[in-house]
Amino acid sequence: MSVNLCGITLDNPVIPASGTFGFGYEFAELYDINVLGTFSFKGTTKDPRFGNPTPRIAECEAGMINAVGLQNPGVEKVISQELPRLATCFHKPVMANVSGFAIEDYAYTCEQLDKEEQVGWLEVNVSCPNVHGGGMSFGTSPEAAASVVRAVKAVTTKPVIVKLSPNVTDIVSIAKACEEAGADGISLINTLLGMRIDLRTKKPVIANKMGGFSGPAIFPVAVRMVYQVAHAVNIPVVGMGGVSTAEDVIEMMLAGATAVEVGAANLVNPFACRDIIADLPRVMAQYGIDDLSDIIGKA
Amino acid sequence: MKQSIFTIIENTPLTATVLRMRLRGDTSDITAAGQFVNVQLEGKYLRRPISVCDCEGDVLTLVYKVVGHGTAQMRDMQVGETLDVLTGLGNGYDLTLAGERPLLLGGGVGVPPLYLLARRLIAEGKKVTVILGFNTADEVFYEEEFKALGATVIVATADGTRGVKGFVTDGMQGVDYTHFYTCGPEPMLKAVFKATATDGQFSFEERMGCGFGACMGCSCKTVTGYKRICKEGPVMRKGDILWEA
Repeated sequence: MSVNLCGITLDNPVIPASGTFGFGYEFAELYDINVLGTFSFKGTTKDPRFGNPTPRIAECEAGMINAVGLQNPGVEKVISQELPRLATCFHKPVMANVSGFAIEDYAYTCEQLDKEEQVGWLEVNVSCPNVHGGGMSFGTSPEAAASVVRAVKAVTTKPVIVKLSPNVTDIVSIAKACEEAGADGISLINTLLGMRIDLRTKKPVIANKMGGFSGPAIFPVAVRMVYQVAHAVNIPVVGMGGVSTAEDVIEMMLAGATAVEVGAANLVNPFACRDIIADLPRVMAQYGIDDLSDIIGKA
Repeated sequence: MKQSIFTIIENTPLTATVLRMRLRGDTSDITAAGQFVNVQLEGKYLRRPISVCDCEGDVLTLVYKVVGHGTAQMRDMQVGETLDVLTGLGNGYDLTLAGERPLLLGGGVGVPPLYLLARRLIAEGKKVTVILGFNTADEVFYEEEFKALGATVIVATADGTRGVKGFVTDGMQGVDYTHFYTCGPEPMLKAVFKATATDGQFSFEERMGCGFGACMGCSCKTVTGYKRICKEGPVMRKGDILWEA
């Protein structure tokens, strides 16, 4: 089941997605998280953030909307408190997810995390829909996304994976611009911008009004975008968006993903990733797959 | 926290909109009064967080109000059907602070978690007073159940159709207490905050994503920093609470 992601071997392609797995230890109380390929930790910014007011969550058919707004303790505390605590329960390279509000923020935060031995990859989020003037403005233009990548690559040594937003006109042009700027990989899709309105109050359910829509409902959109991007770039693609089963993992890999992130499913079933990994051999056998690396992009 | 399958052994109405569901299953992770469980319902994406009303042996009691599609689906479930439940969520009330004469104040569907609390406090020999607040007489539930435990029970209704006319705070007149515990809608919690003279513990409610601390969907600001209602809460000490404007 192993795959190679930007030069680092994963025992399996399953990666809990940022924002759905905290810094790992809530889940480590439930199961041995070393069964994971790796995981992408909670989106980290230069300074601590509380995020948006509540309610931050709205349920949907086959999914949910969140507007957490990048709540995190800031890179300094992530390094001094979260990573040492993680080291006690996770013994593989972790994916460091980074967000910012200025190019210098991204570069600073990535430079700090790049020095940490536990960090295997930097996942640079240019796509968070829940912060004003932040992430997504970098992810909606090829030039802006490329300038973030160049600034981060200039101060780091580890593989840089750029996490892209689906809320754009042409995701392929943004992916290509990131590749040309030196990105080592692309991950997609972040959440789709969505909204719910409460009929009783006649107001938006979420305090921030809009938020990121995730869950099984967005899976077909994600497969399509992973397929488009994977066929347009020559760097590895990490696929995500509504993945909930071992079958979904294989479908995402056929679309072109080298590894697959699992997000909202972790919130509904805290054992989702463990269960998907346990189920993968059965599904591989069912579809005559000997080596997962063989099926990447074969659709 | 534990994920397990529970079998419904009772699902009966207490009022027009409030029901009691008893379930049999692995309750070993339910340690404190004031904790909650997160219930998965067929066809619903997110789980439903519901406070633990009582837990004894392998029987879990939930008293819930039908407020939306999910709880309506629970109402229609039959004895013998099963539910996937995450148990042992949240911190729960701290019994060690009770003193000799704890006061429990519950409003509406905030009443249920006080039941296990009252039962445990009485088992420790405490003299427990419970004030139950409702809008009207038709909505009153669990008055007899609390009396059967040996608690002194005061009922308050907003329209005066039962007991004291007014809110739970109107039922406090002349009650001598050493510590208080409360659960109910936020306006009631604010009123209790103002009307109480001693230290106490408040149980809060918020829309949740996961219910076990992973998604940061239910965070709030407190005197001692950011807390997750589902993990560091739902119970907060009086001195830790920051009311949002």
